[in-house]
Amino acid sequence: MSGEGSESPRTDDVGVEEMKVRRVAGTGVPVRGDDIDTDQIIPARFLKTTTWEGLDEYAFYDARRDDDGERNDHPFNEYKGANVLVVNDNFGCGSSREHAPRALARWGVEAIVGESFAEIFADNCKSLGIPAATAEPETVAELQDFIEATPDAGIELDVDAETVTYDGKTVDVDIDEAMRGALVQGIWDTVALLRSKMDAIDGTAADLPYVESR
Amino acid sequence: MSAGTLYDKVWDQHKVADLPNGQDQLFIGLHLIHEVTSPQPFSELRERGIEVPYPERNVATVDHIVPTQSEGRERPLADESAEGMLTALERNTDESDIQFYGLDSEKQGITHVVAPELGLTQPGMTVVCGDSHTATHGAFGSIAFGIGTSQVRDVLASQCVAADKADVRRIETEGRLGPGVHSKDLILKIIAELGVDGGVGYVYEYGGEAIRDLSMEERLAVCNMSIEGGARAGYINPDETTYEFLRGREFAPEGEAFEERKAYWESIRSDSDADYDDVVHLDVSDLEPMVTWGTNPGQAVGVSDPVPAPAELPEGKREAARTAQDHTGVEPGEPMAGYDIDVAFLGTCTNGRVSDFREAAAVLEGREVHDDVRALAVPGSQTVKSKLEAEGIDEVFREAGFDWREAGCSMCLAMNDDSLEGDERCASSSNRNYVGRQGSKDGRTVLMSPAMVAAAAVAGEVTDVREMEVDA
Repeated sequence: MSGEGSESPRTDDVGVEEMKVRRVAGTGVPVRGDDIDTDQIIPARFLKTTTWEGLDEYAFYDARRDDDGERNDHPFNEYKGANVLVVNDNFGCGSSREHAPRALARWGVEAIVGESFAEIFADNCKSLGIPAATAEPETVAELQDFIEATPDAGIELDVDAETVTYDGKTVDVDIDEAMRGALVQGIWDTVALLRSKMDAIDGTAADLPYVESR
Repeated sequence: MSAGTLYDKVWDQHKVADLPNGQDQLFIGLHLIHEVTSPQPFSELRERGIEVPYPERNVATVDHIVPTQSEGRERPLADESAEGMLTALERNTDESDIQFYGLDSEKQGITHVVAPELGLTQPGMTVVCGDSHTATHGAFGSIAFGIGTSQVRDVLASQCVAADKADVRRIETEGRLGPGVHSKDLILKIIAELGVDGGVGYVYEYGGEAIRDLSMEERLAVCNMSIEGGARAGYINPDETTYEFLRGREFAPEGEAFEERKAYWESIRSDSDADYDDVVHLDVSDLEPMVTWGTNPGQAVGVSDPVPAPAELPEGKREAARTAQDHTGVEPGEPMAGYDIDVAFLGTCTNGRVSDFREAAAVLEGREVHDDVRALAVPGSQTVKSKLEAEGIDEVFREAGFDWREAGCSMCLAMNDDSLEGDERCASSSNRNYVGRQGSKDGRTVLMSPAMVAAAAVAGEVTDVREMEVDA
């Protein structure tokens, strides 16, 4: 069955106003280390699910526990209620599992600031409306030190202006243009956007030598 | 800019529209589906009342969660959550009229093994899957990359993704691989040289003499691990090796149609004067078998080279190296050869193909797995398995003392019962040596080629396979 001639709508409308992500304000949680992979963010054994429920329990599951299974002093045990995650280089590398940013989001993360991100991870953040901002290593280090010294102090990420404000000062960060555009325009839920071009999709497909004519 | 590259040409042919945020809307020629990253997207489509517009451009199989012991594959599966995922995929593909190779199919296997061997993956296509090892399919000269679950939803709903065009880095190999040195060693070397994040923002175009020499199966292993170097995609320009591999495969065109399609495949090859955003030269003539010593795939050395002391490494890499070496228990200054092994694991989307098992079997012929090693051979697909059985290669593995299993992802990420226990050390033909990856948070993974896994299984320690007598 193709969608052609079916009664199912080939385009649909979603209000974008409520989906705009312009700023995230709250408190921080620092997770230090380069190349933190998505197997660490959520081990594969917790992916055996057909829904997104309960993933917050599994965020950094192994890293949050000692050998005897007791919770340790991992930031995800210590900074409950924080919403701005601050990380280092190549965060989210490895597996494409969207369960990783989903688990972080369900734990409470609404924005991430880091030295750099793996591409698929950053794309997944965009799909979820979570800004992933990059900053110079010194900026990240200062922010992590600040959060550790004053865990309750406020931090604000301005997505549009690409700045982070904390401790009475404002520093520059970078947000990938496509991500920033999608967040501030409220078009990060791409289903409606992509489906609005169904005729152009059919046209592109018809020109490809390997797609059967239909 | 990347004008004249295969990447540029194929991208332009598949571009549907400019999106308001500056991204491109890209038509997807082949969407591969598996049980782990598809249940939520199908649910969302159902809730929103959306039908899949191009079901024939989507193909599904089950791989991550399947038991690899034949008696464990009876339905319902003993693991309730695994059964739930499989049942969901059966229902979802059935309702959307999408081809599904399930546990009852002789074509079931790892997505990235199944699609190439059926001829589903072809040059000039765009290929995506909710799995980072989708990069594998670039070996045919396609643009192939892993996507997240929300993007899986997008593809099901529109046969498109919103995507950013990457830069193209040409990796020009010089010289040829020596005997006993395989494409797995080549890609581990590339990642060690360029870093696990060296490819972020790039697709890798692999070329040069050593790449040209590779069989299609060996090329798949190279492109497979592009993501381990941070590159979301990697590809090799199609050539006669590619075309001959495709000829006669189930989903490849036949007769005159094949020749016509071949003309198209030729047309999308990178031009000789193509522009690259970056070019890296790598002389591989002295390359030796590579093994990892740490907890990411870039922490690798030649088997006889000393493991680096953290202090010798660039400042930014020292702390990670110290932590990694604490975990793996390797001795800086000593070579990896001699590192004790408890488990040997052969298979995966990187090295679970027919030639991989043949290479390993050549080493195992007339030898036995070391008493202290448990050894697991998991074909990448049921097709691979039956071909090997027809050649009698399963007997070589069984007689050597390997467990001979059914197809699946298995101990690469231990979403089934195949798992490391405690702090076991595993010689593995897989692609990731992350902490906890193989199912035990204290487990240690040493990545290497299939031939090297076989050698380690026999010796009970990491061993240079070139020092063993092998009838090739």
